[in-house]
Amino acid sequence: MIGIEHYLAVAAALFVIGIFGIFLNRKNVIVILMSVELMLLAVNINLVAFSAHLGDLVGQVFTMFVLTVAAAEAAIGLAILVCFFRNRGTIAVEDVNVMKG
Amino acid sequence: MISSDISTVLPEIVLAVFAMGALMFAVYTGKDKTAPMILWLTAMVLAGIGIWVAISGNGSRVAFGGAFVDDAFSRYAKVIILLSASAILLMSQDYMTKRGLMLFEFPILVALAVVGMMMMVSAGDLMALYMGLELQSLSLYVVAALRRDSVKSTEAGLKYFVLGALSSGLLLYGASLTYGFAGTTLFSGIITTVEAGHVPLGMLFGLVFIAAGLAFKVSAAPFHMWTPDVYEGSPTPVTAFFATAPKIAAMGLFARVLYDAFGNAVADWSQILAFLSVASMFLGAVAAIGQRNIKRLMAYSSIAHMGFALMGLASGTVFGVQAMLVYMAIYVTMNIGTFAFILSMEKDGQPVTDIDSLNMYSKHDPLRAVAMMVLLFSLAGVPPLVGFFGKYYVLLAAVQAGMSWLAIAGVVASVIGAFYYLRIVYFMYFGEEGDMLDKAKSPILWGFLMASAAIMVVGVVNLFGIEGFAAAAAETLVR
Repeated sequence: MIGIEHYLAVAAALFVIGIFGIFLNRKNVIVILMSVELMLLAVNINLVAFSAHLGDLVGQVFTMFVLTVAAAEAAIGLAILVCFFRNRGTIAVEDVNVMKG
Repeated sequence: MISSDISTVLPEIVLAVFAMGALMFAVYTGKDKTAPMILWLTAMVLAGIGIWVAISGNGSRVAFGGAFVDDAFSRYAKVIILLSASAILLMSQDYMTKRGLMLFEFPILVALAVVGMMMMVSAGDLMALYMGLELQSLSLYVVAALRRDSVKSTEAGLKYFVLGALSSGLLLYGASLTYGFAGTTLFSGIITTVEAGHVPLGMLFGLVFIAAGLAFKVSAAPFHMWTPDVYEGSPTPVTAFFATAPKIAAMGLFARVLYDAFGNAVADWSQILAFLSVASMFLGAVAAIGQRNIKRLMAYSSIAHMGFALMGLASGTVFGVQAMLVYMAIYVTMNIGTFAFILSMEKDGQPVTDIDSLNMYSKHDPLRAVAMMVLLFSLAGVPPLVGFFGKYYVLLAAVQAGMSWLAIAGVVASVIGAFYYLRIVYFMYFGEEGDMLDKAKSPILWGFLMASAAIMVVGVVNLFGIEGFAAAAAETLVR
């Protein structure tokens, strides 16, 4: 029997993979966008699993909001990335370094 | 009832409809030729709604089944957000015109970001929180990259986007855990599950994730990495905007989540906030010492100031929230004045941000130098200026809550931090002779600089009665 714990474990694993994808990835900004998406999808699994477990629809409504916002976020991220590529001619992560922190 | 719901959110609706109408108007008519008009109109609308919210009755109302709360706390935050956004728009006109950045999208995006901020401070539900936060963040990512042909500006936008998306993800994961363990997304429902100080472990994880996500947004210390780069890379008016309105919105949202949803678990989050506060104050104070770029310096300064504001929140008392609200109002006023000065710094028509260029500025323009000196002393928290009273209140709140160590850390950090503010004063009055900055011409910037400096001096009398409003706001939040 697959219970709530299994869903939460999968979501937690995906979430951690997403975070690692942002921090360990040294190659390409597109991979970062994919990792962000992975994190948001992990949250969606969490919400739907809780929603089914609690018998409460609010979690699924929340998921719809998250999906919509994730689409808008990806659009804006790609648009900024295109602008950056036009100026810099590259989207490698190590080239995002004009300003040093 | 839907009509009473609508009347509760009417200011937000008016602003959102205005933004969309202005967008349509500009796209179908003169595009960027209409930009100055739209900028002025947006500034007026923002200020108008600010005054409307300020005088619109008292008491608390909820709308949409508790998802949207209109009370003294949200009104206090909204008034500061709206008025500061309006001021920044007016200040930006001169700079944007000179640099060919007078795009009609800028005021519209600012207006949409402000709608998001108003949603944030009024959120009574995790979904409302998330939607408000994202509306604000998505607009801010775009304005950070406003100068599309500049590597620095697009890089600032990209960095802000990546780290902002990460923080939204963290916050959302926390929200999903909170929902799962509380069984509801309403703050009023969550607080009943946290009764009697017992927090389920899953919910504690949720709280920590939400706090981490919000700490990103207020740029508190372990989560501050984006701040200096974004402040440096963005066009200066955008930096000025980042330093004011979004900070209040994020701090207001932080307070709302902690008190409305987790108000029964003060002991659990108070130590997290105390840690964030100490780390921000020291990082802001120490890391700014080596900076030569005044925009980067202001970024570290804002990190340190957020540390002080978080100190008020960490104390977990009514007085602590009041101190935080007073502090934020003072912080915004000081920043508007300081950025009015930074916006007018140019040499041969080009903007300069190097603090060395301020050498002997006092000879060149004594009145402005005095005003800037007053603001810098106030930022450093030197008595008897208003900035000192902001710090005094949060320190007092920390001491009263039995966190004397936190207050002592705050005093030490503020002494370290005073060094870099005073160094700018030193450059202005005792620096070496060098190339002079251009004579600043814009009367608007002059007006804001002088008004802000005057408030720092005159406000000592009674802080313009802001304490009373802050006390009423804190009262409604902490029950």
